[in-house]
Amino acid sequence: MDLILFIIFGMFAVASALALIFQTHPVNSALSLIGVMVSLAVLYLLLGAEFIAAAQLVVYAGAIMVLFLFVIMLLNAGEERNPWKAPIMARLAAPVLLWLAGCAVYVILGLPGYKSVSFGAFTGGGPKEIGMAIFTKYLLPFEVTSVLILIAIVGAMVLARKEID
Amino acid sequence: MELLGNFFVITLVKTGLVAFILLTTLAYLQWIERKVIAHVQARVGPYRVGPHGLLQPLADVVKLMTKEDLIPDHVNPFFYVLAPFMAVALALTNIAVIPFGPAIEIFGHKTNLGLADINIGVLLILAVSSLGVYGIALGGWASNNKYALMGGLRSSAQMISYELPMTLAIAAPLLLSNSLNLREIVDTQSGYVLGFIPNWNVFTGGQIFGFLLFMIAAFAETNRIPFDLPEAENELVAGFHTEYSSMKFAGFFMAEYANMITVCSVATLLFLGGWHSPVPSEAGSGIVAALIFFGAAAILFFHAMHAARPFDKITFPVFGLIFGALGAVFLAGAFVWPALGAALNGLFWYAAKTLALLFVFIWIRATLPRFRYDQLMRFAWLFMFPAALLNMLITALFVALKG
Repeated sequence: MDLILFIIFGMFAVASALALIFQTHPVNSALSLIGVMVSLAVLYLLLGAEFIAAAQLVVYAGAIMVLFLFVIMLLNAGEERNPWKAPIMARLAAPVLLWLAGCAVYVILGLPGYKSVSFGAFTGGGPKEIGMAIFTKYLLPFEVTSVLILIAIVGAMVLARKEID
Repeated sequence: MELLGNFFVITLVKTGLVAFILLTTLAYLQWIERKVIAHVQARVGPYRVGPHGLLQPLADVVKLMTKEDLIPDHVNPFFYVLAPFMAVALALTNIAVIPFGPAIEIFGHKTNLGLADINIGVLLILAVSSLGVYGIALGGWASNNKYALMGGLRSSAQMISYELPMTLAIAAPLLLSNSLNLREIVDTQSGYVLGFIPNWNVFTGGQIFGFLLFMIAAFAETNRIPFDLPEAENELVAGFHTEYSSMKFAGFFMAEYANMITVCSVATLLFLGGWHSPVPSEAGSGIVAALIFFGAAAILFFHAMHAARPFDKITFPVFGLIFGALGAVFLAGAFVWPALGAALNGLFWYAAKTLALLFVFIWIRATLPRFRYDQLMRFAWLFMFPAALLNMLITALFVALKG
């Protein structure tokens, strides 16, 4: 059951990701990205990370992508012209990205605590466990991240204010 | 295997039942709304189809199904068709995690009244309702019509803005209950303070402001008057569903009514104690529901004796008998079969509270005029958001001091 769902949603995620790149209309691409995010949320759920799955839906699919779609609709962006006529750097990007991803996988496989995951093995994904981990073990990274986000918000407000004057 | 089989069978039966009841309620909510607004405005409302227009929803469904399903030339056909389906599917998904009553035992099988009992129920409802905006936004955009597009844009901006105060208002009862599971949240609200005040979050939790903030945000989230800017007919024709006809048009309406039922259910579960009775069991909470039904039956019989219209002599006694039979079933539950009584009372109080909140939604639609768009946004960011934040901080302080 878990495996079937994993295969279905994994394939859906990959298909949506490919559609995201190959679609020429921005709205189609944005909706494909929503498809990727929703299927990723299901994959998190299958791995026992229910809080992350819900947060993925609330934050990425529910808030950020709505803003994306909002901006695309507001600017009424049309079809991209000549999508394959990209500069040379864009063609180099894919191999470089593949190489980086390979390096990341190699490093992660070599980590001392590494073991392969199985469905239902992980039980620390509930809101209580995540909260305990964030506010005790990972308190410093959490606080640093919140300061970073605060700086970003202040920066956005400063930039937007300049625009008005 | 035995256990698994039972689980699937029970879940299938429950899903079918809930889907049937929900869709019937959706259809009749429309009838209730038209009737209530009509009586507020000193009209009679639907009256021709069936006694007191009771078969009007059926006629409406037939009408909507048989109308021509038009796809205009200038639309983006894929998204144009997808949008109402998304709206309905997401609106109905939310009902799956809402518990309707206490755990009961039927023929030796223990089961919960409600479909799925998951430990992040509140989060899932927030997640799915935040996805609900796509149906409206896409419908507005795919219609390729400036009024529809304006409606879609307004709705996305409005729903993003009001999601924030709504989530913050929800966070306060979550702090009090220390759980994200809707069933556990309701269980923490059982019991009575001083013997007669129900231990609901809205009373003893001090969440009266949280409840009001949640309800105001819920009006905006469901695009209802006074926040129905996305479909303001004097500015935008019909807003995001201008270009829709037939069942696709009905899809948007079903989604709106299903969302109303969801937010009213969530308000009932989080703030109004879910299925717990407002009357303590020592004061006879078991027979309150029966008394209400018998009272309704008595009123109907009384009116049947002084019937002004000829067919009232038939319809009033028939409905009086139905209410009387319901009262008898509740009485039997109270005295003969306690297991049935507990389940029925739970369902009764849950339905009563949710219907009362739905009535408030309709009442306000009949009462208040529409906001202007800048007022709507100013209200969200300058009043609702700080007030909800303050409410949550005070609740957090209270919870921390209580230990």
